[in-house]
Amino acid sequence: MEHIRMPKVENVRLVDRSSSRRTHVGTLYLTATHTIFVGEGSEDRNELWVLHSLVCNVVKHKASQSGYPLLIHCKNFQVIQFIIPQESDCHDVYISLSRLSRPEKYEELYCFSFNPNVDKAEREHSWDFLDLKAEYSRMGLPNKLWHVTPINREYRVCDTYPADLFVPKSVTLPVIVGSSKFRSRGRFPTLSYYCKENHATICRSSQPLSGFSARCLEDEQMLQAIMKSNPGSRFMYVVGTRPKLNAMANRAAGKGYENEDNYCNIKFQFIGIENIHVMRNSQQKLIEVSALRSPSMGEFLTGLENSDWLRHIKSIMEAGLFISKAVAEEGVSVLVHCSDGWDRTAQVCSVASVLLDPYYRTLKGLMVLIEKDWVSFGHMFSHRCGHLIGEAKEVSPVIDQFLECVWQLMEQFPCAFEYSEKFLISIHNHIYSCHYGNFICNSQKERKDLILCIIKEKAHSIWLHLWEKKLDFMNPLFKPDQSQNQGLLRPSTAPYCFKYWRRLYNRFDRELHPRQSELDCLMTVKEETQQLEEELALYEQKMAVLDKERAKTLYMQKGVLDSKQALWSLPLDISLANTPQDYIGGAPNLCLFGDQTKSSDADNSDQESGVADFSSHSSGEESLPSEDSVKDPDSDETAM
Amino acid sequence: MELSEHIKTANVEDVTLRRPFHPALRGTLCVTSHHLLFSDRKDEASWQLLILLKNIDAIEKSIENLFGYPRAVGSSGTITIKCKDLLVLQLEIPGMEECLNIASSIEALSSLESMTEMYPFFYRPSHLTLHGPWGLSSTEQYYKQTERLWDRWRVSKVNSDYSVCPSYPSAVIVPREVDDDKLIRSARFRQGGRFPVLSYCHHRNGMVIMRSSQPLTGANKKRCKEDELLLQAVIDGSELGYIIDLRSAQQAQQARMTGGGFESKSCYSHWKRIHRHHERGKVVQESLTKLVEVCSDPSHSVDRWLSKLENSKWLSHVHSALSTAGLVVECVERDGHSVLVHGSEGTDNTLLVSSLAQLVLDPASRTVTGFLCLLEREWIQAGHPFQQRCAHSAYSHARLKQECPIFLLLLDCVWQVWRQFPLALEFSEALLLRLAQEVYASNYGTFLCNSEQERCAAGVKENTHCLFQSLLKPDIEEQYLNPLYEPTDLAIWPSVHPQSLQLWTGMFLRWTEYAQNMEEAREEVWSIVKEHRERAGPDRTNNTLSTHCDTLTPFENLMDELTIL
Repeated sequence: MEHIRMPKVENVRLVDRSSSRRTHVGTLYLTATHTIFVGEGSEDRNELWVLHSLVCNVVKHKASQSGYPLLIHCKNFQVIQFIIPQESDCHDVYISLSRLSRPEKYEELYCFSFNPNVDKAEREHSWDFLDLKAEYSRMGLPNKLWHVTPINREYRVCDTYPADLFVPKSVTLPVIVGSSKFRSRGRFPTLSYYCKENHATICRSSQPLSGFSARCLEDEQMLQAIMKSNPGSRFMYVVGTRPKLNAMANRAAGKGYENEDNYCNIKFQFIGIENIHVMRNSQQKLIEVSALRSPSMGEFLTGLENSDWLRHIKSIMEAGLFISKAVAEEGVSVLVHCSDGWDRTAQVCSVASVLLDPYYRTLKGLMVLIEKDWVSFGHMFSHRCGHLIGEAKEVSPVIDQFLECVWQLMEQFPCAFEYSEKFLISIHNHIYSCHYGNFICNSQKERKDLILCIIKEKAHSIWLHLWEKKLDFMNPLFKPDQSQNQGLLRPSTAPYCFKYWRRLYNRFDRELHPRQSELDCLMTVKEETQQLEEELALYEQKMAVLDKERAKTLYMQKGVLDSKQALWSLPLDISLANTPQDYIGGAPNLCLFGDQTKSSDADNSDQESGVADFSSHSSGEESLPSEDSVKDPDSDETAM
Repeated sequence: MELSEHIKTANVEDVTLRRPFHPALRGTLCVTSHHLLFSDRKDEASWQLLILLKNIDAIEKSIENLFGYPRAVGSSGTITIKCKDLLVLQLEIPGMEECLNIASSIEALSSLESMTEMYPFFYRPSHLTLHGPWGLSSTEQYYKQTERLWDRWRVSKVNSDYSVCPSYPSAVIVPREVDDDKLIRSARFRQGGRFPVLSYCHHRNGMVIMRSSQPLTGANKKRCKEDELLLQAVIDGSELGYIIDLRSAQQAQQARMTGGGFESKSCYSHWKRIHRHHERGKVVQESLTKLVEVCSDPSHSVDRWLSKLENSKWLSHVHSALSTAGLVVECVERDGHSVLVHGSEGTDNTLLVSSLAQLVLDPASRTVTGFLCLLEREWIQAGHPFQQRCAHSAYSHARLKQECPIFLLLLDCVWQVWRQFPLALEFSEALLLRLAQEVYASNYGTFLCNSEQERCAAGVKENTHCLFQSLLKPDIEEQYLNPLYEPTDLAIWPSVHPQSLQLWTGMFLRWTEYAQNMEEAREEVWSIVKEHRERAGPDRTNNTLSTHCDTLTPFENLMDELTIL
């Protein structure tokens, strides 16, 4: 690759983030797709693979005694620090990585060179795993009130919308065209979720171009038709997800929001969610807090407060809750929009859907929901996730916030979700890693254009891959039959219900997480119970057949049970239990072990746990949660 | 004055009871000498709520119809009852006079100070008898059971009449080579007579955790040769020991002005002193009050919530307690040194740190019995002044004197350890919640009084039941078991990063809707495990133990190799 100035640097030191005294010496390799660090020593486990597309930025720090530090911040919140002995080498790595992590063309993304060991048919099959048509028919569509309009088949009316869109049957094509002309980017009101129990819907659009006084008859008819397609209700809500002040300011630019006087029977509701720039800054602050080295409790909580992140999460949750209650409890349809209708609108619609429909709390349901509300409806993944070099101001953690809302719900309703937080973290990782082709581009049209040349030819779809690994993502506490988990989830939005998502933001700081996992343990227990039951059933069957040899069969059955008991040994990394923590951190000026023997003792044992830490960082042991990014390089390594 | 004389109105009909997240109920309210009883007998199924009056922390009354005629039809009052277990109830009582009577009876009866009038002296359940041993163990029994102590340690009865140290139990464990005379002299040199005694001896390397109060060095740096010899005997020869002083260096210096002080390097040459600042007394009590206040107001914005949570400092106390316990464990387990822990009096933070360190170090203290024994040894026998510290909880309007929720802080820290090692403790959160309730208001005598001496004088052992014994009855113990318990021999080092510590929702949000979903999850955990046990047979525990040993051995080998490197 022409961008690699320096394919290999030796004697590089990898600094452990939890203690700057722990380092590992090894060799750094730059390949076309990964930065690879191989620790010295014979153990081949001491490897660290970092995908270039996951690199958020690369920073050179001031030279220290030991060399030239290079800091790599990743989009999955991993931070890696290398110390490179020579300044020129450091600079070369820096330049190479800076270029490699900022692809200019889609073709440079990893998903186009990632080549697992599957044939063409399988690859194409992976793209058919999710079918949105099936999802709409699951909702009960089309029906006598709603149908698919062919108007956007060629993406002519709205190039950021999908080709197939549901609108009320009563709406004529000219009305749609008229309405789309009155909406930002042509994103006219269209269906996102249909509740078959009471016919209420969640529809989405962009803001109307109403300015201070403009009206559009077709747009008014459109809303009227949506309202009437829900025979049970006499009005509908229009939810503006921007702060009122922002919405009003937009009127000066000829945009704005629906005037209740012009539209029949609408109730306009503002639920203020801040814009992408505020969210970007907020997450930046949150990341800084999460990366603090042994902060005091006060520093951490104040930092968390100042980031405002949880306040934003709460506002999204409240918007979702308002909509889901309107649909489920009042039976009233809701139209949601923000400015362009692809960020806050996507968040709010999908949070409301998770609250409303238990299906979206299953593995497949969440995949479908992301595919529908985000991928197909034109959430600008390439811009928001910064897949390609481009406008830094377009980057924003919009989908992170959706995933976090789901996580906050999981914390409140531990038995309501089929998947565990590992699933969310894995999706998060894949959205940013460009490992698979699903989250490339900004709209369905762009993707189709690209498909014609490359996507389906070369890239793979993530959903089938996740589905095949679903056992890793299951929540053992999931109780689908529980009445409480059946219908609408009613989360509390009291402030204490919003927590810091340590597993995501400190994902790679292993020493911060619980040393034993309750859920993993339960999963093993559950699987084992099932296995025992199956075998018991099998033997009961045999017993019926071998009626004559009854006594003998009984004996065998007992044998099976005995051997199964050993299975209780759980996949716990018990070694984790014995890693001392940094208890001195709070008071750095206090020299705990002053004399020489002591400090070398401390160093030794630090290194012990340091090596242990490091090796499992790069290996991806099965028992470790949220290490899938690490596993992936392994898997493609074998594939290449 | 007889208790019943406080009761002006014993019975009121048509009272409305309101509890958070429950529909209002109508029924009859009764006040007895020790209880508040609400019963709803509308349908056949009667529902009753029985509250120990001692559990009531604060009572607020508001009278409607203040300007109307007294006794006018429809006049009523509302009493808000705030309990020490953080439950808040509202009672709407018809009739203003009844309302005022009830309120004043509750006020009088809930703040009784006479020990023998307390409910544990009247509690006589049919399944318990008063005869038989009280408590789980004694110093002597502990010594007998702990073989590793026999060589270098002995039980001293120097305090058998509580004259050497009024807050110590009658028997303590001290180095074998130090005689009782030296102990008496050392006691004179320590605040409240709390000379250094053994708290724990580590099963891996024989290193010990000692605890005491501060030495009374005073402004002119007094010395006590016997105290120095006592500590010298602890570390036996040339090794090094660590003194973990739970005050900042500056505070320790200041303590000299009031007669206290610290062990100076020159006098205790084999001991290295480390200062870790811990808040105590009023500051911790105020933290609890602030925390409970912010937890009971769900209308805050997230920012305000976080800032008030920070401002309460409760989690900072949890953080420092766990960090210092971790430091002690580091000294004992990793570096192989003995430790002496003390603050000023040696009755609060000292016990907090020494018992947390034992939980981390000692697998025996992680079973239900072991944990209760630890509490008995390190808190009850060691003389934590429960009666003073737990007279009031978070809601009280009374002027607080000696109150301080150090024991609650311990339970919170234990909960944090359980969160991080959900398989390592035999008991569940339910036990911690039960203890948090019992320590403030109890049917049992376990948490009465401030010391063994006081308990003897009041006849607690003869006239009350022991909570710990009752918790260990098989059918009761079962409620407090952790279904996922997997014993491990290793130290369980908790993470003390602020990112790893959480608000103890089970305690502080106990009465909110939040807790209900968690209850569902707990039940599901049990049903998964029970289903498994049915399938896999009853002798699961034995297998578990053996498989665990298998997993431990290779790891220990790995550790050895790395140390050589």
